[in-house]
Amino acid sequence: MKKSLSMLLAGMMLVGTLAGCGGNTASTDNAGSEDGSTASGAAFKIGGTSPLTGDAAIYGNAVKRGAEIAAEEINAKGGVQIELKFEDDENNTEKAVNAYNTLKDWGMQLSLGSVTSKPCEAISTDLNADRIFALTPSASSVATTEGKDNVFQMCFADPNQGTASAEYIADQKLGTKIAIIWKNDDVYSTGIHDKFVAEAEVKGLEIVSDTTFTDASATDFSVQLNDAKDKGADLVFLPMYYTPASLILTQANAMGYAPKFFGVDGMDGILTVENFDKSLAEGVMLLTPFNADATDDKTVAFVTKYKELYGEVPNQFAADAYDCVYAYAQALEAAEVTPDMSAEELCTAMIEQFTSMTFNGLTGENMTWDTTGAVSKSPKGMVIENGAYVGM
Amino acid sequence: MNKLKKYASTRSGRDTLLSFGIVIVAFIVVQTLVLTGSLSSSMKGLLVPICSYIIMAVSLNLTVGILGELSLGHAGFMSVGAFAGIVVTTSLADTVPSGTVRLILAIIVGAICAAIAGVIVGVPVLRLKGDYLAIVTLAFGEIIKNIINVLYVGKDASGLHFSILEQKFELAEGGKMIINGPMGVSGVSKLSSFTAGFVLILITLFIILNLINSRAGRAIMSVRDNKIAADSIGISTTHYKLMAFVISAAFAGMAGALYAMNYSTITAAKFDFNTSILILVFVVLGGLGNIWGSIIAATLLTLLPELLRAVNTYRMLIYAILLIAMMLFNNSSLKQRLLEKRGMKQMRKLEQQEKGGA
Repeated sequence: MKKSLSMLLAGMMLVGTLAGCGGNTASTDNAGSEDGSTASGAAFKIGGTSPLTGDAAIYGNAVKRGAEIAAEEINAKGGVQIELKFEDDENNTEKAVNAYNTLKDWGMQLSLGSVTSKPCEAISTDLNADRIFALTPSASSVATTEGKDNVFQMCFADPNQGTASAEYIADQKLGTKIAIIWKNDDVYSTGIHDKFVAEAEVKGLEIVSDTTFTDASATDFSVQLNDAKDKGADLVFLPMYYTPASLILTQANAMGYAPKFFGVDGMDGILTVENFDKSLAEGVMLLTPFNADATDDKTVAFVTKYKELYGEVPNQFAADAYDCVYAYAQALEAAEVTPDMSAEELCTAMIEQFTSMTFNGLTGENMTWDTTGAVSKSPKGMVIENGAYVGM
Repeated sequence: MNKLKKYASTRSGRDTLLSFGIVIVAFIVVQTLVLTGSLSSSMKGLLVPICSYIIMAVSLNLTVGILGELSLGHAGFMSVGAFAGIVVTTSLADTVPSGTVRLILAIIVGAICAAIAGVIVGVPVLRLKGDYLAIVTLAFGEIIKNIINVLYVGKDASGLHFSILEQKFELAEGGKMIINGPMGVSGVSKLSSFTAGFVLILITLFIILNLINSRAGRAIMSVRDNKIAADSIGISTTHYKLMAFVISAAFAGMAGALYAMNYSTITAAKFDFNTSILILVFVVLGGLGNIWGSIIAATLLTLLPELLRAVNTYRMLIYAILLIAMMLFNNSSLKQRLLEKRGMKQMRKLEQQEKGGA
């Protein structure tokens, strides 16, 4: 009896939620069809997969929001019309392929690839086979674009970041004895580390400590920090995302070790970590293409709008996605294509445009792309001063 | 025809027919849909993963349902099969041009490697009584994940190169990295197809169902039901336990190879504890020891998250609620009553047949 009662309750709960969701989807569907009817056949369908849930959801949602703001602005201007759709891939290659196929059923003409590297690699093979053009905001591994003529990146490729960081440190004479702490089960971290080490050798930087951690051991860094301290490193290079980086800063402070810290674009966002003492990040340097505190009109407008809508400062991922949509708008306009063209025709036109055009966005001026799909823009060195990013 | 009817009236016969029936009918229906072009690309993309998950679930059912031992690292065997298969297909890319032959070789090698891993894990652990297999397989899954994360395999003109922890070899001109440490595998040529998955499921069902209904299968079940009684009548319990466990591991390796060849890139992190649990959920929801139940549960639970994409943000919430509802249904008096009703019907049918026969 008890069991049938619990069944009944579970059933009711299910119906309740379904009804609730039903209402929700109905409203979004309406919104979609409204967009569709005003622009029936006149809007380019741009789709992207991103981790909207799971451990990489911060990045996925930032990309989605950034892209949506851009699409709204572009649609409001008239001219090229854009219809955006994101599907959740949970930062998982299998789910990314599923999400990609769902987008294909929706009629995606242009793709924003995927937010994270591995899922984007998985779908980029399909993108290449299906001849759908892709411009990924943040999938930075080389394998994403390698051998695919129609997959382009808005962010730096991992190796470029490693090389650029080593060059920057050597040229600015920021340190002589370098320690690296990196995550050896992560594509992003490994890619940057390898190129950094290679470039450091060329530039004559001495790497005294080279220690690793994995997903499972990303909570305690005392071994790595002690190694760096014992060997007298005066600069610690942290090619990783900001969550482990914030722990490293806290633990280094606790043990009274105060070298210079140098990060890459994954470090962007460290000031928004909850329960993190921002004063610890003082003096941390990082190489990132986007600065939310910049005073140019474009950045100010974007940051204000993002804050208004979502109540937080946009990170580099949001800015990259924003740029992606604008780059598409510029290329589509220049190519004089129409939304009724097939994905394949658009793909040919876009490859032609992207390899020849110059684009000015939030994350860099005078960006160009070569035929491999890698972007060329100059990284900005930033330092954290008084709880804000300041250009160096 | 009469023979078939008689066969179908036994419990094992009915289960066998049902298992094969579901798979073959599903295959025919899906193939017709594909040929008429009415299957969406999202469904098409799900076909191969579903096939591998079915094989995973059926093989795990052998360990959990038939042998009665809990295994929490089935994805580890899948991982061994997947990466062994990738090494085979990539290194044979020049010598064996036919994709089908390479896929078959990859599946066989994947199965052998996973079986070897199964022996290594099984020999010491299966001698023990209690939950030790669960603990050790849990550790095994994690160990495999971490080993593959630091494994570097490359291929050039002089052959295959292996190293652990860091890349200690230099590849000659024209060489190619196959497994690149934490970056996993990239640029695999996709060889798996739905037909390959279907054939593999049929082979799996044929072998596992025959095993269950053979002398060896009855011995395995006797170990599950009462180890002391089995020992007392001269059944070598360790031998039969190991047999079931290794066969289960080998099929997981096959499924892994099939799965890996469906994606252009794969990392060891995919085959983690969560995947092991997901497969265990298929088995438990389908019913322990119930092979056709595993098939249906694996298909349904792989399809469900994709079908729920329409409700967006609430997707995982509804998925979880549906899981709970299914679990409750499995244990509810409602199901029992339904089963009883069906049993009564069958009894009546048999009685009638007997009357007719007499």
